[in-house]
Amino acid sequence: MEQAGVNYLLEFTYLIASILFVFGLKGLSHPETARRGMFMAEAGMAAAIIGTLFHHGIITYTWIAAGLVIGSVIGALMAIWVPMTAMPQRTALSHAFGAFAAALVGVGEYILHGGPQMAVSTRSALGFEVMLGALTTTGSLIAAGKLQGVVRGTPVQFKGQQFVNLLLFGGMIGCFLYSVNYPTAQLYFYLMGALGLLFGVMLVIPIGSADMPVVMSLLNSYAGLASAATGFVLGNNVLIIAGTLDGFSGLILSILMCKAMNRSITNVLFGGFGAVHHAATEGVGGEMREISLDDAAVRLAYANKVVFVPGYGLATAQAQHACRELASALEERGVTVKYGIHPVAGRMPGHMNVLLAEANVPYSDLYEMDQINPEFPTTDVAVVVGANDVVNPDARDNPNSPIAGMPILEVDRAKSVIVLKRGQGRGFSGLENPLFFKQVTSMLYGDAKASLAHLAQEIKNV
Amino acid sequence: MQSINPAVLIAALYVFVLAAFLGYQVISRVPPLLHTPLMSATNAISGISLIGSLVLAGLHKFDIHAFASGGAAAKPSIATLLGFIAVITATINVVGGFGITDRMLKMFQQRKVAKGGGK
Repeated sequence: MEQAGVNYLLEFTYLIASILFVFGLKGLSHPETARRGMFMAEAGMAAAIIGTLFHHGIITYTWIAAGLVIGSVIGALMAIWVPMTAMPQRTALSHAFGAFAAALVGVGEYILHGGPQMAVSTRSALGFEVMLGALTTTGSLIAAGKLQGVVRGTPVQFKGQQFVNLLLFGGMIGCFLYSVNYPTAQLYFYLMGALGLLFGVMLVIPIGSADMPVVMSLLNSYAGLASAATGFVLGNNVLIIAGTLDGFSGLILSILMCKAMNRSITNVLFGGFGAVHHAATEGVGGEMREISLDDAAVRLAYANKVVFVPGYGLATAQAQHACRELASALEERGVTVKYGIHPVAGRMPGHMNVLLAEANVPYSDLYEMDQINPEFPTTDVAVVVGANDVVNPDARDNPNSPIAGMPILEVDRAKSVIVLKRGQGRGFSGLENPLFFKQVTSMLYGDAKASLAHLAQEIKNV
Repeated sequence: MQSINPAVLIAALYVFVLAAFLGYQVISRVPPLLHTPLMSATNAISGISLIGSLVLAGLHKFDIHAFASGGAAAKPSIATLLGFIAVITATINVVGGFGITDRMLKMFQQRKVAKGGGK
Protein backbone atom coordinates (compact mmCIF):
# COMPACT_ATOMS: atom_id res chain seq x y z
CA MET A 1 0.00 0.00 0.00
CA GLU A 2 3.01 2.27 0.15
CA GLN A 3 2.58 2.99 -3.52
CA ALA A 4 -1.04 4.00 -3.19
CA GLY A 5 -0.24 7.71 -2.95
CA VAL A 6 1.80 7.63 -6.11
CA ASN A 7 -0.89 5.72 -7.96
CA TYR A 8 -3.63 8.13 -6.98
CA LEU A 9 -1.52 10.99 -8.23
CA LEU A 10 -0.87 9.14 -11.50
CA GLU A 11 -4.54 8.32 -11.98
CA PHE A 12 -5.40 11.93 -11.34
CA THR A 13 -2.85 13.03 -13.95
CA TYR A 14 -4.46 10.64 -16.43
CA LEU A 15 -7.88 12.07 -15.65
CA ILE A 16 -6.63 15.59 -16.35
CA ALA A 17 -5.04 14.35 -19.58
CA SER A 18 -8.33 12.77 -20.70
CA ILE A 19 -10.22 16.00 -20.06
CA LEU A 20 -7.65 18.02 -21.95
CA PHE A 21 -7.85 15.63 -24.92
CA VAL A 22 -11.61 16.11 -25.15
CA PHE A 23 -11.25 19.89 -24.94
CA GLY A 24 -8.54 19.70 -27.60
CA LEU A 25 -10.82 17.91 -30.03
CA LYS A 26 -13.66 20.27 -29.18
CA GLY A 27 -11.41 23.15 -30.25
CA LEU A 28 -11.23 21.63 -33.71
CA SER A 29 -14.86 22.58 -34.34
CA HIS A 30 -13.64 25.97 -35.60
CA PRO A 31 -10.37 27.13 -37.23
CA GLU A 32 -10.15 30.03 -34.77
CA THR A 33 -10.10 27.81 -31.68
CA ALA A 34 -8.28 24.85 -33.20
CA ARG A 35 -4.71 25.76 -32.29
CA ARG A 36 -5.57 26.62 -28.71
CA GLY A 37 -7.35 23.28 -28.43
CA MET A 38 -4.30 21.46 -29.68
CA PHE A 39 -2.11 23.18 -27.09
CA MET A 40 -4.43 21.81 -24.42
CA ALA A 41 -4.17 18.32 -25.87
CA GLU A 42 -0.38 18.64 -25.99
CA ALA A 43 -0.32 19.72 -22.35
CA GLY A 44 -2.45 16.70 -21.47
CA MET A 45 -0.08 14.42 -23.33
CA ALA A 46 2.96 15.92 -21.62
CA ALA A 47 1.34 15.50 -18.20
CA ALA A 48 0.46 11.86 -18.89
CA ILE A 49 3.96 11.04 -20.12
CA ILE A 50 5.76 12.76 -17.26
CA GLY A 51 3.39 11.20 -14.74
CA THR A 52 4.08 7.75 -16.19
CA LEU A 53 7.82 8.21 -15.84
CA PHE A 54 7.25 8.11 -12.07
CA HIS A 55 5.45 4.76 -12.34
CA HIS A 56 6.65 2.56 -9.48
CA GLY A 57 7.28 -0.47 -11.70
CA ILE A 58 9.93 1.27 -13.79
CA ILE A 59 13.43 0.25 -12.70
CA THR A 60 15.52 1.31 -15.68
CA TYR A 61 15.37 4.45 -17.83
CA THR A 62 18.03 3.55 -20.38
CA TRP A 63 15.71 2.22 -23.04
CA ILE A 64 12.96 4.69 -22.25
CA ALA A 65 15.28 7.66 -22.73
CA ALA A 66 16.82 6.23 -25.88
CA GLY A 67 13.39 5.52 -27.37
CA LEU A 68 12.02 8.94 -26.49
CA VAL A 69 15.00 10.72 -28.02
CA ILE A 70 15.05 8.67 -31.25
CA GLY A 71 11.28 8.94 -31.63
CA SER A 72 11.24 12.69 -30.96
CA VAL A 73 13.96 13.37 -33.51
CA ILE A 74 12.25 11.33 -36.23
CA GLY A 75 8.85 12.79 -35.35
CA ALA A 76 10.11 16.36 -35.37
CA LEU A 77 11.87 15.87 -38.69
CA MET A 78 8.68 14.47 -40.19
CA ALA A 79 6.64 17.33 -38.79
CA ILE A 80 8.95 19.92 -40.30
CA TRP A 81 9.82 18.39 -43.65
CA VAL A 82 6.80 16.48 -44.91
CA PRO A 83 5.15 18.54 -47.68
CA MET A 84 1.38 19.08 -47.48
CA THR A 85 0.84 17.09 -50.68
CA ALA A 86 2.38 14.08 -48.91
CA MET A 87 0.08 14.42 -45.90
CA PRO A 88 -1.95 11.28 -46.77
CA GLN A 89 1.20 9.12 -46.89
CA ARG A 90 2.43 10.54 -43.62
CA THR A 91 -0.90 9.96 -41.94
CA ALA A 92 -1.03 6.39 -43.23
CA LEU A 93 2.49 5.83 -41.90
CA SER A 94 1.53 7.18 -38.51
CA HIS A 95 -1.44 4.81 -38.40
CA ALA A 96 1.07 2.03 -39.01
CA PHE A 97 3.36 3.30 -36.23
CA GLY A 98 0.54 3.66 -33.72
CA ALA A 99 -0.85 0.22 -34.48
CA PHE A 100 2.64 -1.31 -34.41
CA ALA A 101 3.31 0.18 -30.98
CA ALA A 102 0.01 -1.24 -29.71
CA ALA A 103 0.81 -4.67 -31.16
CA LEU A 104 4.32 -4.67 -29.65
CA VAL A 105 3.02 -3.72 -26.21
CA GLY A 106 0.50 -6.53 -26.54
CA VAL A 107 3.14 -9.10 -27.48
CA GLY A 108 5.40 -7.84 -24.68
CA GLU A 109 2.61 -8.21 -22.13
CA TYR A 110 1.93 -11.67 -23.45
CA ILE A 111 5.58 -12.70 -23.13
CA LEU A 112 5.71 -11.45 -19.54
CA HIS A 113 2.32 -12.45 -18.24
CA GLY A 114 0.69 -14.69 -20.86
CA GLY A 115 -0.52 -18.12 -19.87
CA PRO A 116 -3.18 -19.69 -17.68
CA GLN A 117 -2.72 -17.17 -14.85
CA MET A 118 -4.05 -14.38 -17.08
CA ALA A 119 -7.75 -13.64 -16.80
CA VAL A 120 -9.93 -14.57 -19.78
CA SER A 121 -11.03 -10.94 -20.25
CA THR A 122 -7.40 -9.79 -20.35
CA ARG A 123 -6.51 -12.56 -22.79
CA SER A 124 -9.35 -11.50 -25.08
CA ALA A 125 -8.40 -7.82 -24.97
CA LEU A 126 -4.77 -8.75 -25.57
CA GLY A 127 -5.65 -10.93 -28.54
CA PHE A 128 -7.87 -8.22 -29.96
CA GLU A 129 -5.13 -5.63 -29.52
CA VAL A 130 -2.46 -7.71 -31.25
CA MET A 131 -4.75 -8.86 -34.06
CA LEU A 132 -6.02 -5.36 -34.83
CA GLY A 133 -2.56 -3.85 -34.36
CA ALA A 134 -0.96 -6.34 -36.74
CA LEU A 135 -3.45 -5.97 -39.58
CA THR A 136 -3.51 -2.18 -39.26
CA THR A 137 0.29 -2.03 -39.37
CA THR A 138 0.69 -3.83 -42.68
CA GLY A 139 -2.54 -2.44 -44.13
CA SER A 140 -1.41 1.12 -43.43
CA LEU A 141 2.06 0.44 -44.82
CA ILE A 142 0.51 -0.79 -48.07
CA ALA A 143 -1.79 2.25 -48.15
CA ALA A 144 1.19 4.55 -47.60
CA GLY A 145 3.08 2.72 -50.36
CA LYS A 146 0.18 3.14 -52.77
CA LEU A 147 -0.13 6.84 -51.97
CA GLN A 148 3.59 7.38 -52.35
CA GLY A 149 3.61 5.41 -55.61
CA VAL A 150 5.96 2.71 -54.29
CA VAL A 151 3.21 0.11 -54.51
CA ARG A 152 1.05 -0.07 -57.62
CA GLY A 153 -1.95 2.22 -57.09
CA THR A 154 -4.39 0.27 -59.21
CA PRO A 155 -6.27 -2.56 -57.52
CA VAL A 156 -4.35 -5.83 -57.36
CA GLN A 157 -6.89 -8.55 -57.98
CA PHE A 158 -6.71 -12.22 -58.76
CA LYS A 159 -9.04 -15.14 -59.07
CA GLY A 160 -10.27 -16.52 -55.77
CA GLN A 161 -9.10 -13.45 -53.89
CA GLN A 162 -12.25 -13.21 -51.80
CA PHE A 163 -11.87 -16.87 -50.88
CA VAL A 164 -8.23 -16.46 -49.84
CA ASN A 165 -9.14 -13.41 -47.76
CA LEU A 166 -12.01 -15.24 -46.12
CA LEU A 167 -9.68 -18.15 -45.31
CA LEU A 168 -7.11 -15.77 -43.80
CA PHE A 169 -9.74 -13.97 -41.78
CA GLY A 170 -11.26 -17.23 -40.56
CA GLY A 171 -7.84 -18.59 -39.64
CA MET A 172 -7.00 -15.42 -37.74
CA ILE A 173 -10.26 -15.45 -35.76
CA GLY A 174 -9.85 -19.20 -35.18
CA CYS A 175 -6.37 -18.70 -33.70
CA PHE A 176 -7.71 -15.83 -31.59
CA LEU A 177 -10.48 -17.93 -30.09
CA TYR A 178 -8.20 -20.92 -29.61
CA SER A 179 -5.51 -18.93 -27.81
CA VAL A 180 -8.13 -17.31 -25.57
CA ASN A 181 -9.64 -20.67 -24.66
CA TYR A 182 -6.40 -22.63 -24.35
CA PRO A 183 -3.90 -20.25 -22.75
CA THR A 184 -1.09 -22.82 -22.86
CA ALA A 185 -1.21 -22.97 -26.67
CA GLN A 186 1.06 -19.96 -27.11
CA LEU A 187 1.91 -20.86 -30.68
CA TYR A 188 -1.61 -19.95 -31.77
CA PHE A 189 -1.26 -16.50 -30.29
CA TYR A 190 1.78 -15.76 -32.44
CA LEU A 191 0.19 -17.45 -35.45
CA MET A 192 -2.77 -15.09 -35.01
CA GLY A 193 -0.41 -12.11 -35.11
CA ALA A 194 1.27 -13.40 -38.25
CA LEU A 195 -2.06 -14.02 -39.98
CA GLY A 196 -3.07 -10.49 -38.95
CA LEU A 197 -0.01 -9.06 -40.70
CA LEU A 198 -0.81 -11.02 -43.84
CA PHE A 199 -4.50 -10.16 -43.75
CA GLY A 200 -3.67 -6.45 -43.52
CA VAL A 201 -1.76 -6.68 -46.79
CA MET A 202 -4.51 -8.63 -48.53
CA LEU A 203 -7.15 -6.23 -47.27
CA VAL A 204 -5.62 -3.15 -48.86
CA ILE A 205 -3.99 -4.33 -52.11
CA PRO A 206 -7.30 -4.80 -53.96
CA ILE A 207 -8.34 -1.20 -53.24
CA GLY A 208 -7.63 1.56 -55.76
CA SER A 209 -5.89 4.82 -54.87
CA ALA A 210 -9.06 6.82 -55.51
CA ASP A 211 -10.72 5.02 -52.60
CA MET A 212 -7.92 5.86 -50.21
CA PRO A 213 -9.93 8.44 -48.21
CA VAL A 214 -12.20 5.65 -46.97
CA VAL A 215 -9.36 3.22 -46.34
CA MET A 216 -7.36 5.83 -44.45
CA SER A 217 -10.33 6.62 -42.22
CA LEU A 218 -10.97 2.95 -41.53
CA LEU A 219 -7.33 2.27 -40.66
CA ASN A 220 -7.44 5.34 -38.44
CA SER A 221 -10.36 3.76 -36.66
CA TYR A 222 -8.59 0.40 -36.27
CA ALA A 223 -5.42 2.03 -34.93
CA GLY A 224 -7.50 3.87 -32.34
CA LEU A 225 -9.37 0.75 -31.31
CA ALA A 226 -6.07 -1.12 -30.96
CA SER A 227 -4.96 1.60 -28.52
CA ALA A 228 -8.25 1.29 -26.65
CA ALA A 229 -7.70 -2.48 -26.40
CA THR A 230 -4.27 -1.76 -24.90
CA GLY A 231 -6.12 0.27 -22.29
CA PHE A 232 -8.29 -2.76 -21.46
CA VAL A 233 -5.21 -4.98 -21.13
CA LEU A 234 -3.38 -2.56 -18.84
CA GLY A 235 -6.51 -1.44 -17.01
CA ASN A 236 -5.74 2.13 -17.98
CA ASN A 237 -8.62 4.52 -18.56
CA VAL A 238 -6.81 7.31 -20.39
CA LEU A 239 -5.71 4.79 -23.02
CA ILE A 240 -9.28 3.60 -23.40
CA ILE A 241 -10.58 7.15 -23.75
CA ALA A 242 -7.94 8.40 -26.18
CA GLY A 243 -8.10 5.21 -28.24
CA THR A 244 -11.88 5.34 -28.40
CA LEU A 245 -11.91 8.99 -29.44
CA ASP A 246 -9.48 8.11 -32.24
CA GLY A 247 -11.44 5.01 -33.18
CA PHE A 248 -14.73 6.86 -33.42
CA SER A 249 -13.22 9.78 -35.26
CA GLY A 250 -12.01 7.33 -37.89
CA LEU A 251 -15.37 5.62 -38.01
CA ILE A 252 -17.28 8.89 -38.47
CA LEU A 253 -14.90 9.97 -41.22
CA SER A 254 -15.25 6.64 -43.05
CA ILE A 255 -19.02 6.94 -42.96
CA LEU A 256 -18.83 10.51 -44.29
CA MET A 257 -16.44 9.47 -47.05
CA CYS A 258 -18.64 6.54 -48.06
CA LYS A 259 -21.66 8.83 -48.20
CA ALA A 260 -19.71 11.25 -50.38
CA MET A 261 -19.11 8.42 -52.84
CA ASN A 262 -22.54 6.83 -52.34
CA ARG A 263 -20.99 3.47 -51.60
CA SER A 264 -21.09 1.09 -48.70
CA ILE A 265 -17.99 0.21 -46.73
CA THR A 266 -18.17 -3.39 -47.92
CA ASN A 267 -18.31 -2.15 -51.50
CA VAL A 268 -15.17 -0.08 -51.02
CA LEU A 269 -13.32 -2.89 -49.30
CA PHE A 270 -14.30 -5.70 -51.62
CA GLY A 271 -15.55 -4.01 -54.77
CA GLY A 272 -12.17 -3.41 -56.36
CA PHE A 273 -13.30 -0.05 -57.66
CA GLY A 274 -10.82 1.58 -59.95
CA ALA A 275 -10.50 -1.53 -62.05
CA VAL A 276 -11.31 -0.20 -65.51
CA HIS A 277 -15.01 -0.18 -66.26
CA HIS A 278 -16.10 -0.65 -69.80
CA ALA A 279 -19.83 -0.87 -69.30
CA ALA A 280 -22.04 2.20 -69.31
CA THR A 281 -19.46 4.47 -70.89
CA GLU A 282 -20.73 3.91 -74.41
CA GLY A 283 -23.23 6.34 -75.82
CA VAL A 284 -21.21 9.26 -74.55
CA GLY A 285 -19.65 11.11 -77.38
CA GLY A 286 -19.53 14.17 -79.46
CA GLU A 287 -17.07 16.95 -79.77
CA MET A 288 -14.90 18.38 -77.04
CA ARG A 289 -14.45 22.11 -77.59
CA GLU A 290 -11.00 23.41 -76.96
CA ILE A 291 -10.41 26.93 -75.71
CA SER A 292 -7.25 28.98 -76.09
CA LEU A 293 -5.49 30.62 -73.15
CA ASP A 294 -6.38 34.10 -74.48
CA ASP A 295 -10.07 33.33 -74.78
CA ALA A 296 -10.14 31.71 -71.36
CA ALA A 297 -8.42 34.73 -69.82
CA VAL A 298 -10.94 37.12 -71.36
CA ARG A 299 -13.88 35.02 -70.27
CA LEU A 300 -12.58 34.92 -66.69
CA ALA A 301 -11.66 38.61 -66.59
CA TYR A 302 -15.15 39.75 -67.54
CA ALA A 303 -17.00 37.33 -65.24
CA ASN A 304 -18.84 38.40 -62.10
CA LYS A 305 -18.49 35.17 -60.24
CA VAL A 306 -15.92 32.41 -60.70
CA VAL A 307 -15.92 29.10 -58.79
CA PHE A 308 -12.81 26.94 -58.76
CA VAL A 309 -13.35 23.21 -58.40
CA PRO A 310 -10.01 21.62 -57.51
CA GLY A 311 -9.35 17.88 -57.57
CA TYR A 312 -6.40 15.70 -56.84
CA GLY A 313 -4.89 16.67 -60.19
CA LEU A 314 -4.30 20.13 -58.73
CA ALA A 315 -2.12 18.57 -56.05
CA THR A 316 -0.17 16.33 -58.43
CA ALA A 317 0.52 19.30 -60.69
CA GLN A 318 1.59 21.33 -57.59
CA ALA A 319 -0.72 24.02 -58.95
CA GLN A 320 -2.35 25.29 -55.74
CA HIS A 321 -0.16 28.40 -55.60
CA ALA A 322 -0.74 29.20 -59.28
CA CYS A 323 -4.47 28.75 -58.65
CA ARG A 324 -4.32 31.21 -55.77
CA GLU A 325 -2.47 33.74 -57.93
CA LEU A 326 -5.10 33.52 -60.63
CA ALA A 327 -7.78 33.99 -57.99
CA SER A 328 -5.99 37.06 -56.61
CA ALA A 329 -5.68 38.57 -60.07
CA LEU A 330 -9.41 38.05 -60.59
CA GLU A 331 -10.31 39.48 -57.18
CA GLU A 332 -8.32 42.59 -57.95
CA ARG A 333 -10.61 43.11 -60.91
CA GLY A 334 -13.62 42.78 -58.63
CA VAL A 335 -14.56 39.25 -59.58
CA THR A 336 -16.07 37.16 -56.78
CA VAL A 337 -14.01 34.00 -56.36
CA LYS A 338 -15.07 30.90 -54.44
CA TYR A 339 -13.80 27.38 -54.15
CA GLY A 340 -16.07 24.34 -54.24
CA ILE A 341 -14.56 21.42 -52.34
CA HIS A 342 -15.90 17.90 -52.74
CA PRO A 343 -15.55 15.75 -49.59
CA VAL A 344 -13.41 13.19 -51.41
CA ALA A 345 -11.27 15.66 -53.36
CA GLY A 346 -7.71 14.63 -52.57
CA ARG A 347 -6.46 11.46 -51.03
CA MET A 348 -7.66 11.85 -47.46
CA PRO A 349 -10.58 13.61 -45.77
CA GLY A 350 -10.14 17.38 -45.94
CA HIS A 351 -6.89 17.13 -47.90
CA MET A 352 -7.82 19.77 -50.50
CA ASN A 353 -8.63 22.35 -47.81
CA VAL A 354 -5.17 21.99 -46.34
CA LEU A 355 -3.50 22.32 -49.74
CA LEU A 356 -5.41 25.51 -50.52
CA ALA A 357 -4.85 26.92 -47.04
CA GLU A 358 -1.14 26.36 -47.57
CA ALA A 359 -1.41 28.50 -50.72
CA ASN A 360 -2.88 31.27 -48.53
CA VAL A 361 -6.48 30.87 -49.62
CA PRO A 362 -8.55 32.21 -46.70
CA TYR A 363 -10.75 29.43 -45.32
CA SER A 364 -13.88 31.55 -45.65
CA ASP A 365 -13.51 31.16 -49.44
CA LEU A 366 -13.62 27.37 -49.22
CA TYR A 367 -17.16 26.06 -49.64
CA GLU A 368 -18.54 22.61 -48.98
CA MET A 369 -20.48 20.78 -51.65
CA ASP A 370 -23.92 21.50 -50.19
CA GLN A 371 -23.13 25.20 -49.81
CA ILE A 372 -21.76 25.76 -53.30
CA ASN A 373 -24.13 23.65 -55.42
CA PRO A 374 -27.04 26.14 -55.23
CA GLU A 375 -24.65 28.85 -56.41
CA PHE A 376 -23.64 27.28 -59.73
CA PRO A 377 -26.62 28.62 -61.76
CA THR A 378 -25.46 32.16 -60.93
CA THR A 379 -21.81 31.35 -61.59
CA ASP A 380 -20.37 32.77 -64.81
CA VAL A 381 -17.38 30.49 -65.05
CA ALA A 382 -16.70 27.27 -63.16
CA VAL A 383 -13.04 26.30 -63.45
CA VAL A 384 -12.40 22.58 -62.97
CA VAL A 385 -8.77 21.90 -62.14
CA GLY A 386 -7.69 18.28 -62.08
CA ALA A 387 -11.06 16.98 -60.92
CA ASN A 388 -13.06 14.43 -62.85
CA ASP A 389 -15.41 11.99 -61.13
CA VAL A 390 -16.60 14.54 -58.57
CA VAL A 391 -18.01 16.70 -61.40
CA ASN A 392 -19.28 13.82 -63.56
CA PRO A 393 -22.97 14.54 -64.31
CA ASP A 394 -23.47 10.82 -65.05
CA ALA A 395 -23.50 10.26 -61.31
CA ARG A 396 -26.71 12.28 -61.20
CA ASP A 397 -28.27 11.56 -64.60
CA ASN A 398 -27.29 8.03 -65.61
CA PRO A 399 -28.59 5.31 -63.29
CA ASN A 400 -26.42 2.72 -65.08
CA SER A 401 -23.21 4.55 -64.34
CA PRO A 402 -20.84 2.83 -61.89
CA ILE A 403 -20.83 6.03 -59.86
CA ALA A 404 -24.60 6.58 -60.07
CA GLY A 405 -25.97 8.33 -57.00
CA MET A 406 -22.65 9.76 -55.90
CA PRO A 407 -23.18 13.39 -54.89
CA ILE A 408 -21.34 15.71 -57.27
CA LEU A 409 -20.45 19.34 -57.65
CA GLU A 410 -22.94 20.42 -60.29
CA VAL A 411 -20.62 22.55 -62.38
CA ASP A 412 -22.63 21.77 -65.51
CA ARG A 413 -25.34 24.08 -64.13
CA ALA A 414 -22.96 27.02 -64.34
CA LYS A 415 -23.21 29.45 -67.27
CA SER A 416 -19.90 28.18 -68.61
CA VAL A 417 -17.27 25.68 -67.57
CA ILE A 418 -13.55 25.60 -68.25
CA VAL A 419 -11.90 22.24 -67.63
CA LEU A 420 -8.14 22.21 -67.20
CA LYS A 421 -6.86 18.82 -68.22
CA ARG A 422 -3.53 17.35 -69.20
CA GLY A 423 -4.81 15.44 -72.21
CA GLN A 424 -7.90 13.89 -73.73
CA GLY A 425 -7.57 10.64 -71.77
CA ARG A 426 -9.95 9.35 -69.17
CA GLY A 427 -9.57 10.15 -65.53
CA PHE A 428 -8.38 8.09 -62.65
CA SER A 429 -11.36 5.79 -62.47
CA GLY A 430 -11.34 5.16 -66.21
CA LEU A 431 -14.85 6.55 -66.59
CA GLU A 432 -15.89 8.75 -69.50
CA ASN A 433 -17.14 12.12 -68.32
CA PRO A 434 -20.09 13.58 -70.31
CA LEU A 435 -19.36 16.99 -68.78
CA PHE A 436 -16.50 17.37 -71.24
CA PHE A 437 -18.88 17.07 -74.20
CA LYS A 438 -21.52 19.51 -72.97
CA GLN A 439 -22.32 22.77 -74.75
CA VAL A 440 -21.24 24.90 -71.80
CA THR A 441 -17.89 23.22 -71.43
CA SER A 442 -14.57 24.30 -72.92
CA MET A 443 -11.40 22.28 -72.55
CA LEU A 444 -8.06 23.90 -71.76
CA TYR A 445 -5.35 21.32 -72.35
CA GLY A 446 -1.91 21.40 -70.82
CA ASP A 447 -0.14 21.32 -67.49
CA ALA A 448 -2.48 22.86 -64.90
CA LYS A 449 0.26 24.83 -63.16
CA ALA A 450 1.54 26.42 -66.37
CA SER A 451 -1.98 27.16 -67.64
CA LEU A 452 -3.05 28.81 -64.40
CA ALA A 453 0.12 30.91 -64.24
CA HIS A 454 -0.42 32.04 -67.86
CA LEU A 455 -4.03 32.93 -67.17
CA ALA A 456 -3.01 35.02 -64.15
CA GLN A 457 -0.46 36.86 -66.30
CA GLU A 458 -2.94 37.51 -69.10
CA ILE A 459 -5.63 38.74 -66.75
CA LYS A 460 -3.26 41.30 -65.29
CA ASN A 461 -2.72 42.55 -68.86
CA VAL A 462 -6.36 42.60 -69.96
CA MET B 1 -1.28 -3.58 -13.15
CA GLN B 2 -2.06 -7.03 -14.34
CA SER B 3 -5.15 -7.71 -12.29
CA ILE B 4 -8.31 -7.04 -14.25
CA ASN B 5 -11.03 -8.24 -11.94
CA PRO B 6 -14.66 -8.19 -13.10
CA ALA B 7 -15.43 -4.88 -11.36
CA VAL B 8 -12.52 -3.15 -13.11
CA LEU B 9 -13.55 -4.67 -16.42
CA ILE B 10 -17.12 -3.41 -16.05
CA ALA B 11 -15.84 0.04 -15.15
CA ALA B 12 -13.54 -0.05 -18.19
CA LEU B 13 -16.50 -0.95 -20.40
CA TYR B 14 -18.43 2.01 -19.01
CA VAL B 15 -15.51 4.27 -19.81
CA PHE B 16 -15.30 2.84 -23.33
CA VAL B 17 -19.00 3.29 -24.08
CA LEU B 18 -19.19 6.79 -22.62
CA ALA B 19 -16.03 7.83 -24.47
CA ALA B 20 -17.60 6.52 -27.67
CA PHE B 21 -20.70 8.70 -27.20
CA LEU B 22 -18.61 11.70 -26.24
CA GLY B 23 -16.33 11.13 -29.23
CA TYR B 24 -19.31 10.96 -31.56
CA GLN B 25 -20.72 14.25 -30.20
CA VAL B 26 -17.44 16.15 -30.29
CA ILE B 27 -16.15 14.87 -33.59
CA SER B 28 -19.34 15.25 -35.60
CA ARG B 29 -19.02 19.00 -34.91
CA VAL B 30 -15.67 19.21 -36.69
CA PRO B 31 -16.23 20.82 -40.12
CA PRO B 32 -14.91 19.05 -43.27
CA LEU B 33 -12.52 21.98 -43.57
CA LEU B 34 -10.52 20.58 -40.66
CA HIS B 35 -10.83 16.86 -41.31
CA THR B 36 -7.17 16.40 -42.18
CA PRO B 37 -5.94 18.16 -39.02
CA LEU B 38 -8.57 16.15 -37.10
CA MET B 39 -7.10 12.92 -38.36
CA SER B 40 -3.54 13.86 -37.48
CA ALA B 41 -4.65 15.23 -34.10
CA THR B 42 -6.54 12.09 -33.09
CA ASN B 43 -3.54 10.16 -34.29
CA ALA B 44 -1.25 12.11 -32.02
CA ILE B 45 -3.68 11.73 -29.12
CA SER B 46 -3.92 7.98 -29.55
CA GLY B 47 -0.13 8.04 -29.33
CA ILE B 48 -0.98 8.02 -25.62
CA SER B 49 -0.36 4.29 -25.98
CA LEU B 50 3.18 5.55 -25.43
CA ILE B 51 2.56 5.33 -21.69
CA GLY B 52 2.01 1.58 -22.05
CA SER B 53 5.23 1.31 -24.04
CA LEU B 54 7.16 3.35 -21.45
CA VAL B 55 6.22 1.00 -18.64
CA LEU B 56 7.01 -2.07 -20.74
CA ALA B 57 10.43 -0.69 -21.69
CA GLY B 58 11.30 0.15 -18.09
CA LEU B 59 10.03 -2.91 -16.18
CA HIS B 60 13.14 -5.04 -16.60
CA LYS B 61 16.79 -4.49 -17.22
CA PHE B 62 18.00 -5.67 -20.60
CA ASP B 63 20.45 -8.54 -20.06
CA ILE B 64 22.31 -9.46 -23.20
CA HIS B 65 23.40 -12.88 -21.85
CA ALA B 66 19.92 -13.85 -20.79
CA PHE B 67 18.63 -12.54 -24.11
CA ALA B 68 21.10 -14.67 -26.06
CA SER B 69 20.47 -17.76 -23.97
CA GLY B 70 16.84 -17.84 -25.10
CA GLY B 71 14.08 -19.70 -23.27
CA ALA B 72 12.28 -18.36 -20.25
CA ALA B 73 15.26 -16.35 -19.02
CA ALA B 74 15.21 -14.23 -22.15
CA LYS B 75 11.58 -13.17 -21.72
CA PRO B 76 12.11 -9.99 -19.66
CA SER B 77 14.80 -8.79 -22.04
CA ILE B 78 12.67 -9.47 -25.11
CA ALA B 79 9.84 -7.52 -23.51
CA THR B 80 12.17 -4.60 -22.80
CA LEU B 81 13.31 -4.62 -26.42
CA LEU B 82 9.73 -4.69 -27.74
CA GLY B 83 8.87 -1.86 -25.36
CA PHE B 84 11.83 0.14 -26.64
CA ILE B 85 10.71 -0.16 -30.26
CA ALA B 86 7.15 0.70 -29.23
CA VAL B 87 8.42 3.80 -27.41
CA ILE B 88 10.12 4.93 -30.64
CA THR B 89 7.11 4.47 -32.91
CA ALA B 90 4.64 5.93 -30.39
CA THR B 91 6.88 8.95 -29.78
CA ILE B 92 7.13 9.54 -33.52
CA ASN B 93 3.34 9.68 -33.56
CA VAL B 94 3.04 12.02 -30.60
CA VAL B 95 5.76 14.48 -31.63
CA GLY B 96 5.18 14.22 -35.38
CA GLY B 97 1.40 14.21 -35.03
CA PHE B 98 1.10 17.30 -32.85
CA GLY B 99 3.86 19.07 -34.79
CA ILE B 100 2.22 18.57 -38.14
CA THR B 101 -1.26 19.36 -36.83
CA ASP B 102 -0.03 22.71 -35.58
CA ARG B 103 1.74 23.38 -38.87
CA MET B 104 -1.51 22.77 -40.73
CA LEU B 105 -3.68 24.79 -38.36
CA LYS B 106 -1.33 27.76 -38.66
CA MET B 107 -2.14 27.88 -42.38
CA PHE B 108 -5.89 28.28 -41.92
CA GLN B 109 -6.26 32.04 -41.94
CA GLN B 110 -9.05 34.53 -41.98
CA ARG B 111 -9.44 36.75 -45.01
CA LYS B 112 -7.34 39.85 -44.48
CA VAL B 113 -9.62 42.86 -44.13
CA ALA B 114 -7.39 45.13 -46.19
CA LYS B 115 -7.80 42.85 -49.20
CA GLY B 116 -10.08 44.30 -51.87
CA GLY B 117 -12.59 42.44 -54.03
CA GLY B 118 -14.68 39.47 -52.98
CA LYS B 119 -17.80 40.06 -51.02
